[in-house]
Amino acid sequence: MTDTMSGPEALPAFPMTRDAKCPFDPPPQLMAAEPMSRVRIWNGDTPWLITDYATQRAVLADQRFSADTTRPGYPVQSEAVLARRRTSRPFIVLDDPEHDRQRKMLTRNFMIKRVEAMRPRVQELVDGLIDAMLAGPKPADLVTEFALPVPSLVICELLGVPYADHDFFQACSKKLVARSTPADEALRAGEDLRVYLLDLVAAKEKAPTDDMIGRLVADQMASGELSREDVASMASLMLIAGHETTANMIALGTLALLEHPEQLAEIRDADDPGLIANAVEELLRYLNIVHSGRRRVATEDIEVGGRLIRAGEGVILANDAGNRDESAFPEPDRLDIHRQARHHIAFGYGVHQCLGQPLARMELQVVYSTLYRRIPTLELAIPFDDVQFKHDMVVYGVHSLPVTW
Amino acid sequence: MKVVIDQDKCVGAGQCVLLAPEVFDQRDEDGVVVLLQENPPAELHDAVRQAAQVCPALAIELAES
Repeated sequence: MTDTMSGPEALPAFPMTRDAKCPFDPPPQLMAAEPMSRVRIWNGDTPWLITDYATQRAVLADQRFSADTTRPGYPVQSEAVLARRRTSRPFIVLDDPEHDRQRKMLTRNFMIKRVEAMRPRVQELVDGLIDAMLAGPKPADLVTEFALPVPSLVICELLGVPYADHDFFQACSKKLVARSTPADEALRAGEDLRVYLLDLVAAKEKAPTDDMIGRLVADQMASGELSREDVASMASLMLIAGHETTANMIALGTLALLEHPEQLAEIRDADDPGLIANAVEELLRYLNIVHSGRRRVATEDIEVGGRLIRAGEGVILANDAGNRDESAFPEPDRLDIHRQARHHIAFGYGVHQCLGQPLARMELQVVYSTLYRRIPTLELAIPFDDVQFKHDMVVYGVHSLPVTW
Repeated sequence: MKVVIDQDKCVGAGQCVLLAPEVFDQRDEDGVVVLLQENPPAELHDAVRQAAQVCPALAIELAES
């Protein structure tokens, strides 16, 4: 009896389930967890779960915690991810110095001045999509008509991937971020994307282009710093990351604002770009769409948050809970676009913190400052209770968002 | 206030440039931080403190006088 109670079966399962009545809030069981506890994941492993803000930052800033998914004890997300990471090893699952070497080849593309230079073009794309939506039938699905095309068009132009192929790579991407995708299907989707991008790399070798993939081909591949496979792997990572995150922030953020009409009105009427930028940070904090936890494994015995984590023990950092920690954010469950939320950990923390964050911020600033001004009567076309949330995806959001005006 | 940056630690997230563009910039080849002012004026101190706080790589150190 005692053995059963103290065994892994007695530990709470992770990921936990949200309360369907509070779709913007992290799971109640997660919020009730001790700052550091143990959970059971799909394969029976029992990693640490860390929910408080300060300890999460301490772990993510400490490179003795490894991001290498192949290390024993690493709390892998799912069987599909385990299978895929045996062959696909992008820099997000590597440690320094190799992680740093590869990441630095891409950082220049996301420099603040480069991203700012893209703002007028993003504004143009956003306005064009809104024009098309206004000219089309009502109600419209904001996800397919707007939230997904915005980041998709932007990342395609940045990478140098033909947008005409978006049905193909969006379908691959969707399979790769669904928690429920069987391992063989995820492997196939990853392989399809790899073959597609290898062809694209080959095309850019023959006819050079001035875009992110083109520059990797002309510089790092030509000099031997990266192989053809490395470039395809990086491109695949950028393509998926560029789609699944910003798109969900646009649709879920709009839904959250529709539920807080006084704050939506302030954003709509704002002349101050500072207020828009502040609202973006708060929505990133409040919604924290990457809701499956950042994950690490200890490479040695490490004392953190007053506890000893042993070498080989896995750690899951629940960023969604950390962003609702009242010691870091007073009244954390309240959406408040005026609050100081800049220190949120929605993009993670430490050396692996989101590389595309300047681009995500800029896109969201353009979207939130334009959509509600252009369509001031925007409203949900179905009852709120009928909205389908992405409980089953690695990145949270809504499957569709029927809107009218 | 004296600002010290560590270019070896920097991961090019760019948060410091957004918060205090008068003090921080990025070098063109890899987005790594460049310090524009070692001793920023008082009106920039809050922004610089915030930049140091949010830097994911702990690459900004401040000596407050």
